[in-house]
Amino acid sequence: MRRFHLLFVVLLLTLVGLSVAYYKHSSLGFPLTPDRETETWTVEAQIAMDTGAGPVSVRFALPTAPPHYSVLDESFVSRGWGLTTQSTDRQQEAVWTKRNPEGDQTLYYQATVYRDQEEIESSPYPGPADPPKLEEPLKSAAEAFIEEIRAESADIQTFATLLVKEVNAARPHENIAAFLKPDATEAERTRLAIRLLAIARIPARMSHGVTLKDEGRNLRSTTWLEVHNSRRWVPIDPRTGKVGYPRNFLVWWYGDRPPIEASGLDESELTFATTRTLRDAVETAQLLSTIAQSRLIDFSLLELPIDVQNTYRVLLLVPLGALIIVLLRNIIGIRTFGTFMPVLIALSFRETELVGGVVMFTLIVALGLAIRFYLEHLKLLLVPRLAAVVIVVILLMALISIVSHQLGLQVGLSVGLFPMVILAMTIERVSIVWEEHGPADALTQGAGSLAVAALAYLVMVNTYVTHLFFVFPELLLVVLALTLLLGRYTGYRLTELFRFRAFKTLAHAKRPPAPEDSR
Amino acid sequence: MAINWPISPRRLRELGVLGMNQRNGEFIAEMNSRRYYPLVDDKLLSKELAEEAGLTVPQLYGVIRTTHEIKGLSTLVGQHEEFVIKPANGAGGDGILVIEGKQSDKPLVYRRSSGRPIDIDSIGLHISNILAGAYSLGGRPDVALIEYRVKFSPLFAKISFQGVPDIRTVVYRGHPVMAMVRLPTSQSDGKANLHQGAIGAGVDMASGRTLGGVAHNAHVTHHPDTHEPISNIAIPEWQSLLEMAAKCSDITGLGYIGVDVVLDRDLGPLILELNARPGLSIQVANGEGLRHRIDRVDRHLAHLDGHETAAERAAWSRENLAPMNL
Repeated sequence: MRRFHLLFVVLLLTLVGLSVAYYKHSSLGFPLTPDRETETWTVEAQIAMDTGAGPVSVRFALPTAPPHYSVLDESFVSRGWGLTTQSTDRQQEAVWTKRNPEGDQTLYYQATVYRDQEEIESSPYPGPADPPKLEEPLKSAAEAFIEEIRAESADIQTFATLLVKEVNAARPHENIAAFLKPDATEAERTRLAIRLLAIARIPARMSHGVTLKDEGRNLRSTTWLEVHNSRRWVPIDPRTGKVGYPRNFLVWWYGDRPPIEASGLDESELTFATTRTLRDAVETAQLLSTIAQSRLIDFSLLELPIDVQNTYRVLLLVPLGALIIVLLRNIIGIRTFGTFMPVLIALSFRETELVGGVVMFTLIVALGLAIRFYLEHLKLLLVPRLAAVVIVVILLMALISIVSHQLGLQVGLSVGLFPMVILAMTIERVSIVWEEHGPADALTQGAGSLAVAALAYLVMVNTYVTHLFFVFPELLLVVLALTLLLGRYTGYRLTELFRFRAFKTLAHAKRPPAPEDSR
Repeated sequence: MAINWPISPRRLRELGVLGMNQRNGEFIAEMNSRRYYPLVDDKLLSKELAEEAGLTVPQLYGVIRTTHEIKGLSTLVGQHEEFVIKPANGAGGDGILVIEGKQSDKPLVYRRSSGRPIDIDSIGLHISNILAGAYSLGGRPDVALIEYRVKFSPLFAKISFQGVPDIRTVVYRGHPVMAMVRLPTSQSDGKANLHQGAIGAGVDMASGRTLGGVAHNAHVTHHPDTHEPISNIAIPEWQSLLEMAAKCSDITGLGYIGVDVVLDRDLGPLILELNARPGLSIQVANGEGLRHRIDRVDRHLAHLDGHETAAERAAWSRENLAPMNL
């Protein structure tokens, strides 16, 4: 019964820990390894204006939930201008106003975007498009054209593709030649495509965006076509009919309208500059989940002030150290001074590095022991003696720091981070074991403690481990589950297989002689 | 042949050898209710309990509870020149000071069991360390017991070096299941502690005769200091010794304990201390795992109502738990 109960708790903890971590990794993009960087793009829109006299108001469309991308961060540079942002018809807009601008003015908008989805999100069907009013004979020509394409296509997407190809053909179909001037611009061709699609009652819209490229300067927006296939908007290149946006295309605004609507302006020009930046993957994931308003991230350690974060970076490793202690003591069977003393020593090794730490630990404990044996002669009471050892330990640490500084050894300076009270208690324990059980026992346990501390240190300084537990603290539930499981381990310890070696011969000797083979 | 390979876990399991984890998880945790621990951990309490139950223990001369009582040590000991000072809550025999006699009256100097002199101030310091918790579990403040020093019976004189050999019996659910004699050696510094090199010699449950011995988990047939053979020494009053051990299980309410008994030249078997976490070396000393004997007790108890007297249980153990061949 208890067995199943434990197994249930263990499974539950493991499941919760792993699934939360999996969700954070797969959905929010928290990286499993520390050095991962993600590609983000910084896009800058520059609006150059030639202002006349009198107040000016500039409305500028901002990227709003662009397909494939998330906006991680945005900023405006517009000294002396009043700025408000508003959202109309699912489009974000910035409105700049100024009463008396003089001459040339430039406004900047900067956004950091990150490509986080491969699929375009589905969106509700807007309803069939209203067919445009057309005069005869254009109406018949257009309808005939539509019928012809419909016959050749399988679905809305192929229909739109074929239609766009026809519109762009070098020698347009005779039925639509009437709609097109030979020197029609891209925008005009797209507009025509939308009108023709409307005759087929297919909802379509124009989209405009920038192709992101590293160190891109003076980029202009390009127009794209989107048709709704009743599940989602499907982008189609209005020049070639190719389906889908190019990989680095960032949609900025929708609709057949300019991105800038201004009053009081003589002239305005919109250009874009883009640049690729590599950002720490954790940071990106964090920004992303803040935007996604994931409740989970509110409970993340990454939201804490930096100094508290650094404390937890260390604290979260203590459970792992404890698990190592459990493993080494209950499965391997190594004897140590104090149950968790090696973990604390390992934590201080983080500052001193392994070799330096081991050397200094040994040095301090050895010197401390010598002093402790001397204090024994003074016949002090226990608590004052412990206090004296603490004082001596601190003096020794200061001395080691000074000497190593004089010698130009940096490692000696970090000795101050050793837990001196723990050291003093260790010295006391060692001296008691030394007196009561002899030096051999004291040295075995001392070496055991150091070995455990060194192993715990090696695990705890591993950057992958540090990263994993800090970004996914829920993995501690898995550590807890493992610890609980080990708590019921009643098998032999590894050292017992050596300890009970004598049974190899004993048991044979005690066996009754095998009956004679009566063959 | 040079390499002494470890034994396989499967073989150990076959032999019924108890490991530390199994002992802690399945026997100590299951059979020993934590609230009874103080009865064995506090030697003062267990001594009182044992006396109430009519068991013989080394006589208590006095208890020192506070630092200023240390001055009264000499009056407390009175005319006794030999005595033992031990922490009531000491673990693993730590902090026990054995005084063998007076060296001189002025200034007061005593002689330790090792023969080294020790003055009264040093004894006082040792007691104050005990009081401050230097030897107790978790460093808690403790009290010091001053008690009769066992004059050990000449029985084991030939096979022990200084110190006091004692007989450890493991009692499971009221039944003595295994016993060994712990013989001090020069290497163990006169202490009956197997970790330090004392010899553990298994005892045949039926006859109370010693079997072969082990030191440092390896077989020995002769004592390293006296070169006398270890085996086949009959422990006198074996039945009553086992009865005492069985009674200790009753008075403490613990289902898995170790009972340490010494044989006094004049007073016979005396209960020295009880242990709620008896070690596992007894298995090596006996060349047999505890598991099979424990299982046999469990099977035996399944048919009983649990009201057998200590004598009946001791007799059952002698009959049924003699070394079992596999």
